[in-house]
Amino acid sequence: MNQIYDVIIIGGGPAGLSAAYSAWENGAKKILIIERDRELGGILQQCIHNGFGLHHFKEELTGPGYAYRCIELIKDKPEIEALIDTMVLEILEDKTVIAVSPEKGLLQVQGKTIILTMGCRERTRGAIRIPGERPAGVFTAGAAQRMVNMEGFLPGKKIVILGSGDIGLIMARRMSLEGCKVEAVLEICPFSNGLTRNIVQCLEDYNIPLYLSHTIVKIHGNERVTGVTIAKVDEKMQPIAGTEFDIDCDTLLLSVGLIPENELSRGLNLEMHPLTSGPIVDQRRQTSMPGIFAAGNVVHVHDLVDFVSEEAEIAGKFAALTALGKLDEELTVVNVEAGNGIRTCVPQKLSLPQEGEAARLFMRVANPERKVKLEVKSGDTLIMSKILPVAKPSEMIALDLSAEKTKLIKGSLIVALNREA
Amino acid sequence: MSCLKETDVVVIGGGIVGTAILRELSKYDIRSVLVEKEPDLAAGTTKANSAILHAGFDAPIGSVKAFMNVRGNHLYHELEDQLDLDIKWTGSLVVATNEEELATLSELLERGIQNGVKGLEILSPEQVLAKEPNLTKTVTGALWAPSAGVCWPFAMALAFAECAVQNGAEVITDCRVEGIDVENGKVAAVRTNKGVIKTSYVINAAGLYADAIAKMAGDNSFTIHPRKGEYILFDKTAGASMVNGVVFPTPTKTSKGILVCTTTHGNTFIGPNAEDLEDKDDRAVTLGGMDRIMTSARKLLPNLPMGTAITEFCGLRAVSDNGDFIIRNSEVKGLIHAAGMQSPGLTAAPAVAEEVLDLMREGNQNLVLKAGFKGVLPEKVIFHRLPREKQAEVIKENKLFGRVICRCETITEAEIVAAIHAPCGARTVDGVKRRTRAGMGRCQGGFCGPRVTQILARELGIPVTEVLKEHADSHMFYEKDQVKGEEA
Amino acid sequence: MSVDKRVLTCIVCPRGCEMTATITDGVVTEVVGNTCPRGKKYAEEEILAPKRMLTSTVRVKNGALALVPVVSKISLPKEKVLACAEELRKVTVEAPIAEGQVICPNILGLGVDIVASRSLAAATDKD
Repeated sequence: MNQIYDVIIIGGGPAGLSAAYSAWENGAKKILIIERDRELGGILQQCIHNGFGLHHFKEELTGPGYAYRCIELIKDKPEIEALIDTMVLEILEDKTVIAVSPEKGLLQVQGKTIILTMGCRERTRGAIRIPGERPAGVFTAGAAQRMVNMEGFLPGKKIVILGSGDIGLIMARRMSLEGCKVEAVLEICPFSNGLTRNIVQCLEDYNIPLYLSHTIVKIHGNERVTGVTIAKVDEKMQPIAGTEFDIDCDTLLLSVGLIPENELSRGLNLEMHPLTSGPIVDQRRQTSMPGIFAAGNVVHVHDLVDFVSEEAEIAGKFAALTALGKLDEELTVVNVEAGNGIRTCVPQKLSLPQEGEAARLFMRVANPERKVKLEVKSGDTLIMSKILPVAKPSEMIALDLSAEKTKLIKGSLIVALNREA
Repeated sequence: MSCLKETDVVVIGGGIVGTAILRELSKYDIRSVLVEKEPDLAAGTTKANSAILHAGFDAPIGSVKAFMNVRGNHLYHELEDQLDLDIKWTGSLVVATNEEELATLSELLERGIQNGVKGLEILSPEQVLAKEPNLTKTVTGALWAPSAGVCWPFAMALAFAECAVQNGAEVITDCRVEGIDVENGKVAAVRTNKGVIKTSYVINAAGLYADAIAKMAGDNSFTIHPRKGEYILFDKTAGASMVNGVVFPTPTKTSKGILVCTTTHGNTFIGPNAEDLEDKDDRAVTLGGMDRIMTSARKLLPNLPMGTAITEFCGLRAVSDNGDFIIRNSEVKGLIHAAGMQSPGLTAAPAVAEEVLDLMREGNQNLVLKAGFKGVLPEKVIFHRLPREKQAEVIKENKLFGRVICRCETITEAEIVAAIHAPCGARTVDGVKRRTRAGMGRCQGGFCGPRVTQILARELGIPVTEVLKEHADSHMFYEKDQVKGEEA
Repeated sequence: MSVDKRVLTCIVCPRGCEMTATITDGVVTEVVGNTCPRGKKYAEEEILAPKRMLTSTVRVKNGALALVPVVSKISLPKEKVLACAEELRKVTVEAPIAEGQVICPNILGLGVDIVASRSLAAATDKD
């Protein structure tokens, strides 16, 4: 296999699929998607609930439905190839990708550009150090979701869920629909990070108690989980002695955070951002290595797959244009910083040609806010502002800077909240 | 109870000591059977310890421990190539951070020399920091023991067992000893949940339960209590901020202290604390224990990157009431104890095996060496260690090398299938983990766990719902409630 | 005359307005706290006849995968959702399956079809 692709895309989930279609739309003639699972679609195939696609496809879809539409867009295009059951082992600096599959053996393929769309993985019990035994019956919510929704097995019958983010909430409902008893959902923060819609439809509908400001201080059971000890936590999220109580259960599902999966990015020594845990990218979603782009959960964990597709389309477009040699301008690089009240902002850089370039920024606030103004400033110049009636850390905010506006930027860009709005 | 079989020697306990003894026995013309109560070997203390091959300066002069430690360390140097053992002879440092501790180091040096340990020397702070640059700058000196090393304990126990099995010994797992028949003051049979095994010898290598086993034969000469040790293990990527080898603090009167060590696979861990317990089933990792370990470890490594911790676990050391190894004939003829094998039990294991056979000879057992003892194990293919061209070749020969199941550690389906079908093969998810490392990476089995479960089900011909994590009742998955209905 | 007040959070848009509805003799007579008319409509429906979409899975015979995800074409009465989920556990469908194919027509006589969320090929020798 000694062909050079215009674009090689690592990961065939919604980010990879949307990037492939966009690259094709922008003229790339040889596009390769490499996917490690047995089919394309990524994590969407196990997200059988609905709520996807309202922005991107203008209909409310299930995860598999969204994946289906993405796959249909690329399916019959001779310019787009997809390899499944194929795992990328390494990406070299010269953009050679080394992968293995049972059918094709060890492959080496070369790309003019590469788009990293590997997605993310789940935070584990080990990473948060829950004390107790190590019995069978402790699963991350996503791993349990795969078994329930795709392989056809239950992780257990009497369930406690740690983490009230959307994955935890969705699994509370899913397990209830499968005839299991969900005893409680615990959340260490004083507020839930999940959508209110999910609190209503996944917890209230099924009378599942939600314990805010609580965490698990011990897992019981030698062979299989027999129960958990729960305690209230203080403002520093430390357990308060004397508040402990036990819940009997045979299963603990952990929904305690997602981490972008960047082993391959680290292997390339890409510049990484400490807060997003993903590569630093510019508005074209190009990383610190020219010709290597990244999009989707691998850059920063998203909550709406629609935004993942949008971000991936940007990466696909610019990868294609780069591969076709259509980008040959002088660029001024400007830093984008997360200022007061903003936890993260992607992209972290803008690479601007003289005539400016439209940039789509995705950011998250650090704390829940009401009635604040989001301001984008370059020095003392206010480039753009937007009023946010409500902002939550769990809901990513999108902001479009037009090319015109980017021409006003001199020096670093700071994105911050103004609470005196 | 039905008669399961008849043999010459029953070894009770499939940890590092029991398997080392079985291998030693298999060199001779004598029938031997190892019985292990768990579904897999090395499922007890052998899977949760510091993985260190000690030099031997720590044990009291003249103790059984001291002799066995030094002899065992020496034997591992020989066994390493024969059995392709995963060992790194990193040497160890006992670090002092003040004058008083420096004085203790001199004591250790002297003790080590008396115990027969070679190459010991006291290093200056500069020399210490040259070896381990991330250590605290308050170091005043260290005892350097070049003969110490780090190993991969479960793989060693499995290697011992596989070697024994390829030479005619037998291993029975899921086999719990329920009684020992004694006739005329002599061992006659072992009663297990699978039936009676008639035997002339019983080797008691039952770890935490060695005293309970002894009691079954009417021998109440010792007791074992568990000493809990907790550990925290870090991601490989934290390597640059950690240690290269084995680093101990200066020991106190009560314990070797909480050490920092990097495994043969590049993961650094800290631990163990030492908590004496009564409950032999208490393997819970505790908040207090973890706090103590972190505080202690920070004294050696001030910039411990706690954010990169990937798992915690805990092991129980078997401590005898006299604090030393108990390697002797029982009053009951034919019963030999190899008990109380807390640290340096792992290091001592091959020496203990030699001693057990000497004890049999003392009891007038004639041991004739077998002709054609196969001391070398067939080579195992470890995919991620192969150069790319070799990787391409092995996939051509076996497609399953082309499917990576454990993404974090790059372990292929072929390796997992091989681990299941090897002699003393894996039958549980943790058994696969111990043999292949699938599930030991940063996602801790989140990605590969369900896949490994399904591979086990397929290869063992059992439903997914019967696959165990580790112990006999550790089922992981259940059938959905399926009501018989119509087809749509 | 029976008068009842109920507090509920609107889920139509991220604003999440907290509303209070007054129910007089089983009819919603007043809604306060909403910022837009969609909120009022949501409150009325949620109180009088709450509806939910159902998503679940159904067993597959001879398929490339063991299960196929399914979704209700429109929303179902909230109080019937668990019973519908239980009903779906009785169903096995044979592959190949087309996206949108009706898997369970008029589930429990509620006038709602349950359809496949994706297509699924029949098993090949490789599976």
